Amino acid sequence: MTALAAIIARDLTLALRQGGGLGPALGFVLAVLVMVPLSVGPDQATLQRLAPGIMWLTLLLSVLLTADRIFSQDLEDGSLEVMKTAGLWLEGVAFAKAAAHWVSVSLPLAIIAPFLGLLLNIDAGRIAVLLLAMVIGSLGLSMLAAIGGAVTAGLRRGGLLATLLILPLYVPTLIFGISATSADLGPSGSLPSLLVLTAVTLMSCVISPWASAAALRTYLK
Amino acid sequence: MRGGKRIFSGLNFETYSGDCLEVRGANGAGKSSLLRLLAGLDEPAEGSVRLTEGYHYVGHLDAVKSVLTVRENLGFWARLMGTANIDAALHAFSLGSLADDPAGILSQGQKRRLALSRLLIAWQAVWLLDEPTVGLDAASLDQLRSLITAHRAKGGVVVAATHVSLELPDTKTIALGART
Repeated sequence: MTALAAIIARDLTLALRQGGGLGPALGFVLAVLVMVPLSVGPDQATLQRLAPGIMWLTLLLSVLLTADRIFSQDLEDGSLEVMKTAGLWLEGVAFAKAAAHWVSVSLPLAIIAPFLGLLLNIDAGRIAVLLLAMVIGSLGLSMLAAIGGAVTAGLRRGGLLATLLILPLYVPTLIFGISATSADLGPSGSLPSLLVLTAVTLMSCVISPWASAAALRTYLK
Repeated sequence: MRGGKRIFSGLNFETYSGDCLEVRGANGAGKSSLLRLLAGLDEPAEGSVRLTEGYHYVGHLDAVKSVLTVRENLGFWARLMGTANIDAALHAFSLGSLADDPAGILSQGQKRRLALSRLLIAWQAVWLLDEPTVGLDAASLDQLRSLITAHRAKGGVVVAATHVSLELPDTKTIALGART
């Protein structure tokens, strides 16, 4: 646990000092949310109906923007080699790095994005549930982004490939995230969708370290 | 194997407490590959590799983060290895005065010394060193020799792949042939 905490703490420090993670991703979210009303038109009812889907799509793509950075630097400078030869469990390293990505990029975006949804005339009463769904879903997004980051860690300009690889895996999060925050909810409200979204996130937390570590091992050989 | 081709074969050696083994050979002879086999980063196409003790591996890459200070860089590895023995390791490689400077301002030789200082933060019997002398000045090379001698005296084993001989007494050598 000490080793995992050390990796998370170091990655958060690197994210703070290096930048290039949250800043551009937040800029992307803002740019999309400003552009959508210009492209869809100013009809407030249309924007309100489209808002949850656009918000989720924006969050998802902005997380993907930073996926290729999760492992590439550690692979390039030899840190992953040292971690492996120091006897660290590579699955644990992958989990710690994905968790650090969540805390430094996805979680802040998930907290800020719902309030930016006001630009799309989102129903203020839906912000709380959107916030909850995005916080839960964003963890799954980071975990899945780590798989793409690991697969493309040794490739130059692997960002686009990571996006293409991971987008299909994002479909369940996208569907149940939108479903939980949609205005057209049945009598049971958001709860069923939130529970399925939580299950999808937990499943991502289980699968991601194994898949990421398997990909990293091929680069370390 | 590299790119489907055999790099070396018929290699058979053992090292014991206090040994220093230099792996010599021309470019492409497989010095780094042998070190990677010993470190468990690669697997042999045939045969087996067995290390009975824990080891430190210092490869070609220094694993240094430019935006972290020298102390933070080494402190990270110390935390991973469950120790806090940073200052002694920094001083052993004359990095004490640079401890609070960002590693980004270090020269190549200083980064190499920072990478080598990982050897001292936690005891491991076997040191696997890939080109440890690259970028080191004469004084740093002497420090490395002294530390290797002290490590051997404590019963440690050093395996170093190097172009330049470490010029240490009682050193065994494996000479790998270059592929043509």
